[in-house]
Amino acid sequence: MQFNLRTVVPSLIVLAVAVLPLLAPTTQVLLTLALSKGLAVLGVIVLLQAGQVSFGHALFFGVSAYAAAFVGKGFGGGELFSMLAIGVVASLAISVVVGLFVVRYRHIFFGMLNLAVSMIFFSLLEKFYHVTGGSDGLSVARPLFLGIEMEREGFEMVLFYLVLVLALGAAWLTHRFLNSPIGNMMRTIKTNEVRLEYLGVSARNTLLVGYIVSAGLCGLGGALAAVAQGVVTPEYAWWIRSGEFVFIAILGGSGSVGGAFVGSLLYEAVRTYASAFAGDVWQMILGIVLLFVILFAPSGITGLFARLTGRKASPASEEAGQ
Amino acid sequence: MNPQLFALAIFDGIAYAALVFLVAVGLTLIFGVLRVLNVAHGSFYAMGAYATASVGAAIFAAGYSPWLAFPLMLVAAVLVGVIVGGPIEKLLLSRIYEMEEVLQILVTFAVFMILEDVQRLIWGAQPFFEASALMALGNVEVFGITYTAYQLILLPAVAVSVLIGLRLFLRRTLSGKLILAVTEDREAATSIGINAERVYLVTFIVGASLAAFGGALASATTSVQPGMGADMIVLSFAVVATAGLGQIEGAALAALLIGLGRSFAIYLWPELEVLIPYLIMLLVLLIRPEGLFGKSRTRKI
Amino acid sequence: MTERVLLEAKGLEIRFGGVVAAQDINIQIHEGHNLAIIGPNGAGKTTFLNICTGYLKPHKGKVFFDGKDVTRLQPRHLVRRGVARAFQIPQLFTEHSVLENLLIAGAAQSRRWSPFRPLHQIPERKAMLHLLDMVKCSHIADRPVSELPEGQRKLVDIAIALALKPKLLFMDEPTSGVASSEKFEVLDIIAEALTEAKVTSVFVEHDMGIVDRFADEVAVWNRGEVLFRGPPDDVLNHPDVIRDVIGEEV
Repeated sequence: MQFNLRTVVPSLIVLAVAVLPLLAPTTQVLLTLALSKGLAVLGVIVLLQAGQVSFGHALFFGVSAYAAAFVGKGFGGGELFSMLAIGVVASLAISVVVGLFVVRYRHIFFGMLNLAVSMIFFSLLEKFYHVTGGSDGLSVARPLFLGIEMEREGFEMVLFYLVLVLALGAAWLTHRFLNSPIGNMMRTIKTNEVRLEYLGVSARNTLLVGYIVSAGLCGLGGALAAVAQGVVTPEYAWWIRSGEFVFIAILGGSGSVGGAFVGSLLYEAVRTYASAFAGDVWQMILGIVLLFVILFAPSGITGLFARLTGRKASPASEEAGQ
Repeated sequence: MNPQLFALAIFDGIAYAALVFLVAVGLTLIFGVLRVLNVAHGSFYAMGAYATASVGAAIFAAGYSPWLAFPLMLVAAVLVGVIVGGPIEKLLLSRIYEMEEVLQILVTFAVFMILEDVQRLIWGAQPFFEASALMALGNVEVFGITYTAYQLILLPAVAVSVLIGLRLFLRRTLSGKLILAVTEDREAATSIGINAERVYLVTFIVGASLAAFGGALASATTSVQPGMGADMIVLSFAVVATAGLGQIEGAALAALLIGLGRSFAIYLWPELEVLIPYLIMLLVLLIRPEGLFGKSRTRKI
Repeated sequence: MTERVLLEAKGLEIRFGGVVAAQDINIQIHEGHNLAIIGPNGAGKTTFLNICTGYLKPHKGKVFFDGKDVTRLQPRHLVRRGVARAFQIPQLFTEHSVLENLLIAGAAQSRRWSPFRPLHQIPERKAMLHLLDMVKCSHIADRPVSELPEGQRKLVDIAIALALKPKLLFMDEPTSGVASSEKFEVLDIIAEALTEAKVTSVFVEHDMGIVDRFADEVAVWNRGEVLFRGPPDDVLNHPDVIRDVIGEEV
């Protein structure tokens, strides 16, 4: 067993996140939300691997959150796992329909078409208030956990550790996916789509697979966030939320799955404690940070960390070293 | 739908299309030359509107003639283009032309985020409404319908003059020809001594000014408030994508299509008002992935 | 000759913006040969390759492969039927290593999607390492392709095409961009690899020295018309060919 910074630091971060709610209970909801968002950011990172950026991925965050909320309403209180499952399935289903259309496009078209679709969904949520509660949204009652009704504190604790486990599992599986043949093919859409077609592979179908994976991750994050917050609003699907996902992905580092969670933990922490002082200029600060990261540290925090520890953050090169 | 409503819908659609066209044509012009689709373009529109409405409110309150609104709009548009657009191209975009496309998109997105808050810092979150220009021109009566001359005559006239003016500028003047040469083939143009950097800067300022001019004109017809830039960038993207990227005349037609689609929706299915532009775009792109007038490019291999 | 016809083009015509780029192309490609297509610049040679591999669609005419009409197929469909291609400018995955480029090709060939198995552990790995050996690139397996000199990029590009186990391989100027001192070396490696892979190949070339050394059949071509066709010795020494085609190259 080798003890190097590359394995020790991530383990310490996971450990710190796991025990923090025990030491400081007020951080628990914050961390739950940060990790839920981190799952959505992970979805955005999957697409960034193919060189594509979506300005509308909050769509899947929102679809899943509302689906979970409907399940919660429909079955009087609802059950946590069925809510999560239905939420993810709903976002996967929508992603197939939307994906078949948007994977025909690249770059700015891809980004803006995703944005357009998410804005359509957003305005539907606001217009059809009989169903969706309009801009007030829907409340999500605390669901049962494996059929057990729990007190608020206990439930929040269970939910937090569930999110943590799901986040770790999703990160691991996504890492495996990106290193697999199909994951690597998806990454070649960024570098040479013509050659990919000349290997006998449909670039569109490959991107569609990545799109569905990324929507599933956003969906899981959205359903978890809905349960954690106890309310869903159209803001879940708003373009500002989509922009936030992209921002966190770039900040954390789009080259590795860890970037999604490092980025979202940092982002939520700063937002919670700083936006109170800088609420008026919050978007501006984000924009300036984004510019600096792109111009001076394009591989984000995890990229910087990898550089400090002498390794590239690219998932393929990690695997190659085995 | 009775004939009066029908005519109203057409008038609304044309007036709206004229405004959207001004913004979209700037977006498509910049894309044609710089090959960057500027997400911050909607912010120029919003800033043009804010500048006109706030300064207008101040000078009319001081008792000056409402006719001053018209020169004010032009001045505001040019100032936004030069003071805001100029440095963005010169200091920021000029550094990113060689970058990956995804990073270029993100840079303009970051600029958009920054400009949204800049507006809020300067003009606050309260809506402005300054319709002196609209009032000054009075009403006209067509087919028994009373409509503001500003929307029915001035806006379409401005849009058509911009379209013709832009065409003449690009085809007949030296600067215009340089812009076209860079659009056609950047490398060839640079190799025969065209200063591409200058062309980029001029194009960006012109495009940004057009968006701001659209905002300035719009400020007389609507309340100016936060978020209007975000709505406009998506809408003008819809127009540009429907027309085909870089298509100037196409943008005029697409703006009309989307403007009319939206105004008929307001009378027929008000719930769908916001959706119509996107539905038109999605429909067009499903059938013609390059837009109505766009040409597909095959990469040379 | 009674050799089997692998690919046949009949009456191909293509226009770019109204300008006819190639007109009435008729050619048969026989199995087991290594055919060089030569001709003046602008003769439509690369265009012909683009049509035969599905990248461009002709305005008139048809392409038959293995007796079946493949005119309207996309490159990926043709690849699945056994038509591969190497490029004038090597088309590589610039963020992957040499070996990874081949592994991706190997996985594509065997339709191995397996979303959770690492690329480096696919069963095709051995075959891909052997391919690298065939093109003398084993020593650079872990280098990023973006760092390679042009000669090696060309070799990797051809190895990728061979990984697809093609029946027919098109090559667009296999040695262009390679330093002239290395051209024959690169070419010999390619020739050996093609022999081992038992692939029928067609290549476009300007350099008559290379054609002479490499091809066993030459077609002289202008605007789609095949002017001469035969063994290199006959064709390259024909006075008309020397005057009209080779003369231009000197």
